[in-house]
Amino acid sequence: MDDSRPIFQQIAEQIENDIISGVLPEETQVPSTNEFAAFHRINPATAGKGVNLLVDTGILYKKRGIGMFVAPGSQARLVAERRDQFRTQYVEPLLVEAEKLGITADQLGTMIREAGR
Amino acid sequence: MTAIVEVRDLTKHFGKVRAVDGVSFTLEQDRIYGLLGRNGAGKTTLMSLLTAQEFASSGSVEVFGHSPVENAGVLEQTAFIKESQKYPEDFRVKHVFRSAPWFFANWNADLAGSLAQDFRLPLDRRIKKLSRGQLSAVGVIVGLASRAPLTFFDEPYLGLDAVARQLFYDRLLADYAEHPRTIVLSTHLIDEVSNLLEHVLVIDEGRILIDSDAETLRGSAVTLAGTAATVDAFASGREVLHREQLGGLATATVPALDATDRRAAEKAGLELTPVSLQQLIVRTTTASEEELS
Repeated sequence: MDDSRPIFQQIAEQIENDIISGVLPEETQVPSTNEFAAFHRINPATAGKGVNLLVDTGILYKKRGIGMFVAPGSQARLVAERRDQFRTQYVEPLLVEAEKLGITADQLGTMIREAGR
Repeated sequence: MTAIVEVRDLTKHFGKVRAVDGVSFTLEQDRIYGLLGRNGAGKTTLMSLLTAQEFASSGSVEVFGHSPVENAGVLEQTAFIKESQKYPEDFRVKHVFRSAPWFFANWNADLAGSLAQDFRLPLDRRIKKLSRGQLSAVGVIVGLASRAPLTFFDEPYLGLDAVARQLFYDRLLADYAEHPRTIVLSTHLIDEVSNLLEHVLVIDEGRILIDSDAETLRGSAVTLAGTAATVDAFASGREVLHREQLGGLATATVPALDATDRRAAEKAGLELTPVSLQQLIVRTTTASEEELS
């Protein structure tokens, strides 16, 4: 957990990451609020808030009396959302740092191609 | 949400010292609170007033809808573990646990037994032969196993090592999850407990400075670092909670920035670092001191 953002957002993001990477496949049950709280050593109400955030957006759904499950189609939806955010989250900070160091866009492109090899 | 504690205009003075000074707040059912503040801020006095170990100079306290003073019905639902909890010296540890159900309606002997094993507490040893840390462990165990609907821990860890403190936090969370209740943790070790807290009360010089959801406080401020000119230009028009300068470089702590402002700050060459709950509280309590002087 880092200090810069509310913990419930970080919990929600971690669950999203696990859905994107396939650790939590669609239609599987996610850990309970108390399990998240114990594992991350956080207040159960905070963990619950993170889980509920994903219920509100339809990424998780509730089976009454059983628990929370990953909704069908969640993985594709999250990947699409993250692609939209990729520019602001990764590309723009990269360009800011590159400009600070006098690296041109062409040099940056070469670097990315070389690193990808 | 149900309020189980209601405090209105509460004041307690010892001679000329106003230890608690016109304080009003409520505590909701089944939440974990942090009562934070510097030494002598009034934390212990406030908890003593809520548990009727001190009497108010003025103002009112209601716990479970009644005054706690001389009220056994309220007090058996309340546990207050003090920093230096006193037990009869010739008692053995097991005697403390055996007498606990006389004071706490929800006492759970099984939980006390398993916690004693976790903390490696010798049940047959006399209280006066215990180490400082073992004595603190007795207090922690009594506080947890009492399962009181309103439990106060006032700096319960004197002498407890890092392993034992972690054990305390883990057992507290686990038992709270199974048996929700209202817990008030008073501590200086803010970084250690901050993730356990749902709500934070910060007290300084007998007054409540912050009464807020912990999640709202987290990420509510950010520190900007860079050349003094850039920092000041960016910080102007914003509330500056704290500012430091070293030669031509400066840092300023300001309220959280939105995404657009963050990008603008980064473009201007400023480094942004998050402010932890502990740092935020240190800055708030020192700022109030500067205003007073």
